Formats: sequence, C-alpha cells, structure tokens
Amino acid sequence: MISSVLFVIVALAAFGLAWKGFSRVWQNIRLGKAEPIGGHTAERWRNVVMVALGQQKMFKNWIPAVLHLFIYVAFIITQVELLEIFVDGIFGTHRFFAPALGGFYTFVISFIEILSVLAFVATIAFLMRRNVLNVQRFQKPELKGFPARDANTILFLEILLIVGIFSMNGADKVLQTRGLEHFYPTGAFAVSTWLGPALFGNVDTGMLMGIERFGWWLHILTVFGFLVYLPYSKHLHIILAFPNTWYAKLSAKGKMDNMPDVQKEVRIMMGLEQPEPGAGGELPEFGANDVFSLSWKNVLDSYSCTECGRCTAACPANITGKKLSPRKVMMDVRDRAEEVGAALAVSKASKAEYNDGKSLFDRITPEELHACTTCNACVEACPVLINPLDIILQMRRYEILTLSAGPGEWLPMFNAIENTGAAWAMSAERDAWND
Amino acid sequence: MLAKTIAEYQSEGRTPEILFWVGCAGSFDTRAQRITRTLCEILNHAGVEFAILGNEERCTGDPARRAGNEFLFQMTAAMNIETLNMYGVKKIVTACPHCFNILKNEYPALGGNYELVHHTQLLNELIVSGKLKMKEAGSFKGQRITYHDSCYLGRANDVYEAPRALLEALDVDLVEMKRSRKNGLCCGAGGAQMWKEDEPGNKRINIERIEEALETNPAAVAANCPFCITMLQDGLKAKEKNEQIPVFDLSEMVLNNLL
Repeated sequence: MISSVLFVIVALAAFGLAWKGFSRVWQNIRLGKAEPIGGHTAERWRNVVMVALGQQKMFKNWIPAVLHLFIYVAFIITQVELLEIFVDGIFGTHRFFAPALGGFYTFVISFIEILSVLAFVATIAFLMRRNVLNVQRFQKPELKGFPARDANTILFLEILLIVGIFSMNGADKVLQTRGLEHFYPTGAFAVSTWLGPALFGNVDTGMLMGIERFGWWLHILTVFGFLVYLPYSKHLHIILAFPNTWYAKLSAKGKMDNMPDVQKEVRIMMGLEQPEPGAGGELPEFGANDVFSLSWKNVLDSYSCTECGRCTAACPANITGKKLSPRKVMMDVRDRAEEVGAALAVSKASKAEYNDGKSLFDRITPEELHACTTCNACVEACPVLINPLDIILQMRRYEILTLSAGPGEWLPMFNAIENTGAAWAMSAERDAWND
Repeated sequence: MLAKTIAEYQSEGRTPEILFWVGCAGSFDTRAQRITRTLCEILNHAGVEFAILGNEERCTGDPARRAGNEFLFQMTAAMNIETLNMYGVKKIVTACPHCFNILKNEYPALGGNYELVHHTQLLNELIVSGKLKMKEAGSFKGQRITYHDSCYLGRANDVYEAPRALLEALDVDLVEMKRSRKNGLCCGAGGAQMWKEDEPGNKRINIERIEEALETNPAAVAANCPFCITMLQDGLKAKEKNEQIPVFDLSEMVLNNLL
C-alpha cells in the first residue's frame, strides 16, 4: 500500500516535470517564424517510416548503425515491460501479466533480456568510442563541456536501466525456486535463468527480496529520470526524429527558397510590376540573424540534433580545417533558442518585443558562414534529415542584404553581374568563343 | 560559327529544338570555352538544331544568390526570364551544373518554366537513340579513369547515372574515389567560393579532393562542371601532376570517341 502511494507520487512528479520540460521545447520551437509545411503525405510518411523508424540513413555506416539499432530496439521493446511495471506499481501486484499470458510472457521477457544484453554491449562500445577511441567527430571543440557530459550521462543511464532489469529478473528467478507464493513461476527467461542463480544463488531470501525490489525501483526511477532529462538533452532526437523527418524538405536539395518580398521590390524597380497603392515605406529586414527570423522548422531541426557529427565529418570546409562545423551551427541555433526562451519566460514579454542586444551572429561568425561551399554534404549526411545549409544561407542573406557586409572579394563579382551581366568583368563579347 | 543565336533562328522563322545555355564560365573562361565549342561540335554532328542566346544571355545569378545577394539574383534572373519567355524557349541544355540547378529548380518560382537537361544527360540520350555513334576501340578504351561528381549535378539534383553511362559507352575502366555519388566531396568552388580565397584552414578543398583522385592512380580525371574542372586542374598543378594527368569534361571524351 505504502509503495503504491509512493509509486503514484513519484510517477506524477516525473510526468509533471517532464511536461514542463517538453512545453519549454515546444515554446522555443515556436520562436521561429510560422511557415506552413504540408502536402505530399505519401512522401512524408515514407520519410518517417524509412528514415526515422527504419533508420535508413544510419546504415551508410553499418557498425554504428547495428550498435545503435540494438539500443533503439531494446528501448522500444522495454516499453512493453514498462506497462507491467506501471500496473504492478499502482496496484501492488507482482508480474501482473505473467499468469494470463503464460508462455508468451516468458517469450516477451526473454526477448527483452536478449536485447538488453545487446544494448549493454552497444552502450559499452559507445562509451569506449566517446572516451577511449580517438574518433574525430567526437573530438571537435563544440562538444567540450556539457555536450560531452550529456552524451555520457545518457549512456550511463542506459547501463543503470540494464542493471535494474537484470537485478529484478535475476533475483526473481531465484526466489521462484524458494516456494514463495508471491513469486509466480514465469518459465525460463533467456538470460536471468542462468544469470540469477550465478549471481544470487547463495543469497538469503530476505536479501533477495530486497534486491528484486531494488532492481524494480532502479528500473522505473531511471525511466522517470530519463523522461525528465530528455527535454534538456541531445537525446531528444528519439522523439523529434519523427516530426523532423515528416516536415523535412522534399524538393531537390539544390533548390534555395525564393524571397517573394525581394522579388516584388526588384520587379517594381525594373518596371515589370506596379507598386500597390499605399505600399512602400520601410523595407523589412531580409534573411535571418536570430531564431525569430528563422523558420520554426530550422529550430525544430536544432532540437532534433543528437550531435552525432556526421554532417561535420562530411563537410569539405571542416575536413580542411576551416572553422565551419554544420553540427555547431545546429547547436548554436538551439542554444540561442534556449537563451531567448529562458529570458522570455522570466520577462513574460512577447517575442516581437524581445531584444537582448544579441543575435545568432554572436555565436555563428561570418568566417564560418563564408566557408560554406553549399555542397549539401551535411544535408545528405544527417540521419534525421536536418538541414544546416538552409540556416547558413539565410544568415548569408542577412549579412549581405541587411548588414551590407560580407567578403569584399565578392564585390567585383556582384558589380560584374550588375553592370556587364557576367560573373566576371570581361571586355570580350559573350559569344566571342563562337567566332 | 559553331552555333546560331535564337534571334537568327527567329529571323528565319524557325524554332530550334533546344537552347544551349552557355553560362559565364563557358562564355569567358578559356578552358570552359573549349568545352562550349566541343558541345557545339557534337550537337552539330548529331544533327541537333540548337540555338544560343549569344549576347542576350546573362549570368543566372547563382553565385550572387548563394552569396546572399538576393536583390542581384532577382534582377538578373528577371532579365533572363524576360528573354527566354520572349523567345518561347521550352527546353534548355547546359554544360554547367550551377546554371542547370538554378534554371531547373529556382527559375519556376519567378515565372521561368523550362525543361532542363544537363549536357551529360543529353549526350547519353543521343548515344542511346543512336544519333551519336561511338568508336568500337576509342582512345579511352580500357583507360583507368576516375569520375568526380559535382555537387550541383549529384547531391543537388540526384544525377549520378547519366555521366557514368557515358563512361561506360566510352568503355573506360572506371575507378571510383572513396567519396563518390551521394558521398562525393566538393571541389571547393560552390556557393560563390570560386570568387574568393578559402577561409583560414590547413588545406584547400581542391587539394583534399585531388589527393583522393590521385589515390585511384588514374590516367585521367573526368568531370561535368567548369568550376570543378578548374579546381581539379589547379589541384593537379599544385601536385605537379598536371602534365601527366588531364582533367576532361565528359563531352570532350565523347567528341574524341565519335565514329
């Protein structure tokens, strides 16, 4: 009875905190400009099913893909067991589904156990990869500090979860042999049937019951901890990968978005269109310098990023030692959204009034923007269809159109196009090659 | 005269099958001019009735737009669309993937709707339909050749097969680089980089790419973009390999192999 009350209180507290965290992320994504994205439902479903659920793009590199798949499938399947933990937790029952499901129950738990072992192996491999092996993409400057700790925290929680599962099941298997009515015989579980006796065979019954409860609580408390931590972690990709692939750009990667406002201005200037009566006045700012001027989808991209660095590892500028890192661009956008979101939560101001004298340019420097070759390698590399290039190009637009800045070397090219119609200032005729 | 302008066609009361969009590189860069002339020779050989815009063609605005200068892009694009629509152009071929991409994907939003083919696609169609016949044993037969995917034909527009089909028709021994097709590495010129120095770093991008090409130990490098060709040639020059290893546009290899 006491444990039921305790469980319900802990569960409610966890859900409450998680709600707060997730609403914060939702609010921050909405800092971006409204942009309707829809249509082409079949293609969008394809992306969700193949890319998010099926992890199609992970398999470009099959070793991490398989290890990642172990953790992913174990995570999904464990949710089945979580259902029972909830029932048992609320009603004080023990393995509620075991009697009714019989052999199928044994199969499901065995399946979870095997996947948990595979996930354990993968987690150890991932910890090694981050902390021992010198994998380039995990050694970049943007991962120093919290991002590195964040990654290790998640992996550590995975291990706790698995320790919880096996203490619970292992102790239970031994207790089942001691003739206690409470511990219903579940049949042989794939791993704990031998792991339980091997670890706890000689432990006395009282202690064993303690270990079983410890495992149960460790498991569920880790799950709650995970849930509460998720909206503050790069690990949020396990949820946002789904909407992010749904809303991903479907047109050719080479296509840049049009700017209808500029188009209209230019057509009026060229006499191709008449200005609307009463129109005119101040031109708006063009391009993006902050989360407010990016699309909400760009901000969703930034929260979907799990900082794996496949984009940066594929970026020709980064490979050749330039400052640009597409992953850092994504992290900067998210960190800026966090900064603005936190300030707005305190001041209760509207986003239109917000001004802290800072912008994305305090985080992403012109040098980084100017290093981009617009090659789309980062876009192609992302396993969850994030588009760093779109943000880089919108910031370049801001730099040129609103700040009238940018590399001086581009000015002769701009002048040549404007004055001679060619990208280089040439004295020859355009068709001189044809003589 | 290798090519007639569309104005000349019009004055004869005729409409060409296709417009050849030459582009700034193809018009002014000495190396790219050779590719322009090559493509004209092939099209004439195949009996394709094509026209050029001549002096009425302007920069598509690709480097301006990617640099962030939307005003300039809109201006030059509007002028091009006026011209193209005035002549009733329906189909365009270009030897430049940057022109190809922007005409195909970005001009429609501005009222310029044309069917676009890259010259590697057109040449492939002409070979398949029998309008171009290849020598049984041309000078590239069995040669070890590596192919560089340009970003704007490859990732930007998912054209990977047409250029490779040409290499197959030439019967070369194609050796792929480690990073090819979707994973191809940029030459370093895209996004208006052609008009500026690299940002500070430890290597130029074209050097990184040419080193990868050299790992395949090729007799020649094949490419499909005037900017890539410049970058790759500069890379070979830096490696002092430009005397031994040529960089070809695929059209040049096709012309060489015509029956």
